[in-house]
Formats: sequence, C-alpha cells, structure tokens
Amino acid sequence: MSGVLSLTMVAETLRISAPYVCAAVGGIWAERSGIIQIGLEGVLLTSAFASVAAAHATGSAAVGLATGVMAGALLSLGHALLVERAKVHAIVSGIALNLLAFAATRLALRGLYDSASNSPGIEGFRFGPVGAGGVALLGRVLADPVTIAAIAVTAATPWLFRRTRFGLRVRAAGENPDALGAVGLSVTKIRCLALLVSGAACGLGGVHLAFDQHRFESGMSNGRGFIALAAVVVSGWRAGWAAVACLAFGVLEALQIVLQDELRSSRAGDLVQLLPYVATLVVLGFAAGRSRAPRGLGGGIAG
Amino acid sequence: MSVSVGAAGGGSSAGGGSSARGGSSAGGARLARVKEPALVIAIVIAGLWILFNLISFAFAEAPLATLGRAFDGTWGTSYGIGQVLFKATPLVFTGYAFHIAQRAGLFNIGAEGQLALASLCGGAFAAWLPAGTPAPVALVLVLGVGAAVGAAVAAPPAVMRARLGVHEVISGIMMNRVVDVLVPFTLATVIGASSLRTADVAKGAALPRLDVVFGSLAGSAASFAFPLAVVLVVGLHFWLMRSRVGREMAWVGVNPQACRAEGVPVGRRLVLAMLLSGAFAGLGMSATVLGYKGYFEIGLGSGAGFAGIAVALLGRGNPAGIVAAAIFFGTLEQAGLAINARVPKEAMTVLEAFAIVFVSAAGRFARAGDAGGQSAGEGQSGGEGQSGGDGQSGGEGQSGGDGQSAGDGQSAGDGQSGEGAAQEDGAGQPHSRQGDGALKAGHIPGDGESAKEGAS
Repeated sequence: MSGVLSLTMVAETLRISAPYVCAAVGGIWAERSGIIQIGLEGVLLTSAFASVAAAHATGSAAVGLATGVMAGALLSLGHALLVERAKVHAIVSGIALNLLAFAATRLALRGLYDSASNSPGIEGFRFGPVGAGGVALLGRVLADPVTIAAIAVTAATPWLFRRTRFGLRVRAAGENPDALGAVGLSVTKIRCLALLVSGAACGLGGVHLAFDQHRFESGMSNGRGFIALAAVVVSGWRAGWAAVACLAFGVLEALQIVLQDELRSSRAGDLVQLLPYVATLVVLGFAAGRSRAPRGLGGGIAG
Repeated sequence: MSVSVGAAGGGSSAGGGSSARGGSSAGGARLARVKEPALVIAIVIAGLWILFNLISFAFAEAPLATLGRAFDGTWGTSYGIGQVLFKATPLVFTGYAFHIAQRAGLFNIGAEGQLALASLCGGAFAAWLPAGTPAPVALVLVLGVGAAVGAAVAAPPAVMRARLGVHEVISGIMMNRVVDVLVPFTLATVIGASSLRTADVAKGAALPRLDVVFGSLAGSAASFAFPLAVVLVVGLHFWLMRSRVGREMAWVGVNPQACRAEGVPVGRRLVLAMLLSGAFAGLGMSATVLGYKGYFEIGLGSGAGFAGIAVALLGRGNPAGIVAAAIFFGTLEQAGLAINARVPKEAMTVLEAFAIVFVSAAGRFARAGDAGGQSAGEGQSGGEGQSGGDGQSGGEGQSGGDGQSAGDGQSAGDGQSGEGAAQEDGAGQPHSRQGDGALKAGHIPGDGESAKEGAS
C-alpha cells in the first residue's frame, strides 16, 4: 500500500488524467456554445492518429502535435457545420463522427502501415529527467509539452469564458442565441469558432494519448471521450470541476495500476471501471431540476 | 413547393396509415410523398458513390472492379443474398427499436447496451434450459428473457427521463458503458465461463437456418430470425398504430403539455415507449445468439445498436422502410467482407457513417426548412382552429389528419374540415383518429382545445 501516497502515484494520475481533461474541456467549449458534442471519442481517436501519422512521416513530434490538434479542430468544425448549416441533429452527427473516426483510422492504418491493429512506433517528446524513480517520473510528466498545453488550456478556459469578448459571445450563443442574433452577431460563426477551440482542446488529448503510448492503436481512445462527457455533465459545464472529476477518475485508474498485484486476485477490481458511469447517473438524478446546462443547448442534454 | 414537400415530411414522420386516409385532398402531397424519399435516396447514393470511388482509388483499385466484387459477394449469388439478410436481421430489430422511442420523442441511444446484455442473459438462459425443452416453449422463454433484459437496461434512462427530466442520451450512453463493463464481468464471474463465451444453447432454442426451406441459400447464416423480425415489426407497428396506448405514445412525443391536459399519463407513456424500445432491441439477440452462433461471445452483435439509429432515420418510421434500410446496411456490411482482400472492409463502415450524415442532412434539405416552416404554420392553423369554433372543431382535426402538415392544413383546411365533420361525425372524440392526425401535425394548442369544446 506504500505505493498509494507516492510521487509515482501523483505522476501516474496526471499522466492518465490528461486526455480525459482535454476531452472534457473540449466538450465544455462545444456545449457552452450550444452544440451537443457526443463525438469527443471520435475527435480523440482522429487526432491521435493524425499526430502519429505526421510525427512518423516527418520525424518531428512538434509537427505531430500541431497536426493532431489541427485534425481535431477540423473534425469538430465539420460537426459544427453539419449541425448549424445542414441542420443534422447534433446527436446523429456525433454518432456518425464516432463511427467515422473509428472506421477511417482503421482504414488509414491498413492503407498507410498495412496493419489492422497499430502503427509503427514514434519517438514523441523526450524532455525531463531520465530514470525510474517517482521524482523522475513526475519530472517527465510535468516537462511534457502536451501536458503543459493541456493544463494551460484548462486553466485558461474559465478565464476566457468570463473575461474575454469571445468567451462571453460563446456563452451567449449557448444560453440565448436569439439575443446574440438580435445584436447582429452570427450565432453560426461563433459556434463554429467555439467548436474549433473544442476540437483543438480535445485533439490535444488525442495527441497526449498517442505520444504516451508512442504509437497509434486501433480504438485506443477506449471510451475516454464518453467518460469526459460524463465529467462535463457532472461538473455542470464548468472546466475546473470537470478537471477535478477527470482527476478523480485518473486517481482510480492509477490506483488500479499501482495496486495491480493486490487487485489482480479478485475480479471485483473490474467493477471499479463502473464508477464514473454510475456516478454520472447518480449525479444526473440529483442534479435534475436544478441543472445548469446551457439553455440554448439543442434539445437540452440534462433536462 | 415548400407546402407540398412539407406535407410529405409530416406524413412520413407520422406514419403512412392516417395520412393515406385523406385521399380526397392531396394529390400533390401524394406526389411529394413519393418524390421526397426519392430525392433523399438520390442524394445519399450520389454522395456514397463519390466516396466509394475515392476510397477505392486510394487503395489503387478500380472502383467498378471493387463494386463488382462487392456485388458478387452480396446480391450476385444466393449465398450472398442469405448473408445480406443475416447481416440485416439485428438491424431490423435495433432500427425499429429506435423508431419506437423516437415516435415518443425519445432518443434511445442505448440499443447497443440493451442488445449486448440481452444477448448475454438470453444466451446464458438458453444454455441453462434442459436439453429436451420443446422448441416453441424454449423460444418463447428465451425471447422473453431477451426482451426483459433489454427493457431492464432501458429502464434507468426511461424512469430518469420521465420522473426527473434527465435527458435520455447522456444516461443512455452511460448505460452502454455500464453494460460494456458488466458483460465480461458477468461472463467471467457470475456465469463462470472460462472461454469468454456461454455454453451452447439448448437445441429447442436455436433458430433453424433459412436454407432448411430455401435450399439455394445453403451455407449462408440467414436464419428464421429474419422472418421473425419482420413479423414482429409488422405486428408491433400495427399495435402501435391501432391501440390507444400505442397512439398515446406517439402524441406524447409531439406535445406532452397537450397530452397532460387531455389526461394522458405522459410519464407512463414515455417509460413504456422506452421499455418497449429496449425490449425490441433485446429481441435482436435472436438474430445473433439463437440464429447464428448458438451461443453468446463477447462482441457478438456489437455495432448493431448504433447502426440501428441510421436504419431508423433512413427508414423514416415506416416498417417497410426500416426493413429496406436494414437490408441496405446489411448489404454494406456484407460488401465490406467481400472486398476486404483488396480494400479494407472498414471502407464500408466509413460509407455507413457518411450515409447517416447524408440521410439526416438530405432529409432536412428535402423538407426545406422543416422546423421554421412548421412553427410558422402552427401559429396560423392554431388561430384557424379557434375561429372555426365548435361546429368545426372535429373537422379541423380531420384536416390536420389529411394533410399531416401545417402548410397543407392552412391551404386546404377549411373546405375540407366541413367534409371531415360531416363524414366522421367526429366532433367529440379527442382521441379518435382525427385527433391523432391533428396532434401529429403539430396543431395542438388550438385543436386540442377546440376538440375538447366539441366534446363538452
């Protein structure tokens, strides 16, 4: 049990939580602007693949990072255009997006690398101290540019929403699009911009996922987008609380890794995976009626 | 244009039954009813064809050659046809399941989980049955278990929606994930299977392959689950259209406030619609567990839940349309396997994803500003209903039923409403067929009141 309260545990938690936090922040940008985004899973997957493909082709992790973030932003923009311009139901579009991302990345895996399961390895970023100890591990996590960017985006999001003209307009698009239209601003344009930010933030998570594994694996997002969505709803569409929820889940997952030996004996350990989903259901049940969901969110996602 | 097309849109969303009734008025609407799906299908096929070419070229294959291979593997041979039917069968279940919820205004995104847990429990139950159980008994019992488990998975989102107002999409996604964790856990711990599959089902519970009757399908995995699916869809559709409860479920989807005012138990109808949807998705296990493998293994039937949403959207809430859409998607899936050696089968999944988007976008496009047009029309026809007063109130409902659209009601409503009242003597029964049509066409505020006045 000594492993629980160690720097290793802290480092593992941060490493594991980062993709969840990024996706959750992406979800908040989308839904605060009034567009339901259940396609976070697909954005994660696509940007993970794009970053690996670019990093593998150029040998530069920075190019991979940029490509991954851009791919996420573009896919997300596509979602916004479908919903706003083509009037496709946001949930339908999100489902299609997830399906497309899953299939298209597999298609591209076979097309580019002739493999059904994973890409060749990539280098990724290598900063920070070398070594196996907890300090070195934590140092590496904190020196990782993707993690730093993720933390920056998460920290900046509430400030952007509260203090900047753009952030306020995004919130207006989510709360009262008619008012926004009445003062002569294009709701569609603002939502598209918000979805670009959303996709970029979520894409950062995909890049983190891929660089962490040093390769792309088919279906490697493995439900993270849905957990992030749960975190978004549980947090009441607030980035700070969503990050806390994601960190809490990261702690659980890190516990599973650190306590692997103790847990391996009992299959009950698997049931820990249920926690985020059950917690979301319970919180939804209690929060219903006094939900703080953006009012203009198409269809109202939590009552 | 926008009027007649709007009529078709309303008609298809409300189901063919009641709109066909209004034959006297709407030749134009009928034409548009034919045109609109045709336009949708044309847009979808054109889009998919372009994409198919691109993917095929990307893998250095001539698109026509790839298409030829795909055709040979599907409709080109009787084996291929059988395989298409086999792939389509679960989609018929999940597609219609989605439709049941959708007509009550619910978005059942959870068919994936409902089907998975129903397959596991149904399979385990079928394996537990004594080997000598006679076929009819075994089948009914196993299907009952499948349906019950599907409904049970749908229950939390249903109750949370009806009682607490929690949106069923988020809770549905969470239930999908819960099932994702529960299935392997249950299989390993509770059932104690060592090889990630259940034992073989009892002989009586297994559905025979179709090649028992149609010899030319020999070798294909098409089973009697397909005719079973079609019969169940038709039967349930008939019940939903004809029974009071079934109709109330549809009205609740259109205007819960009006239903509450009319004394329809809105919450109970919402829950029932969601449970029925889950149960029907759960019945999909007959296609995979009973008709194909003869046991459940992890991943069996996965993807059918989400594909069912696309099937329902493409099928436009019409049983024949849903079966046809399921066969279309079944063709894509089987075609994927047929071309897999040269072009990865995921190409067809990509096409499926685009088909979902195209269908959804093309439907909106063909109906030309559905939402805006309808709400504008609603205001006008609501006013009309009030001015029409008591004598015409039943007839007003009739005109809504005929045209199935705000626009149509506005243009042809008055002349017809008199006829309607004369024909049906319908002033008085807010829950009669005419009321059904009116509710669906979105005439609620004015009509509901006027119908009530007529009753009193």
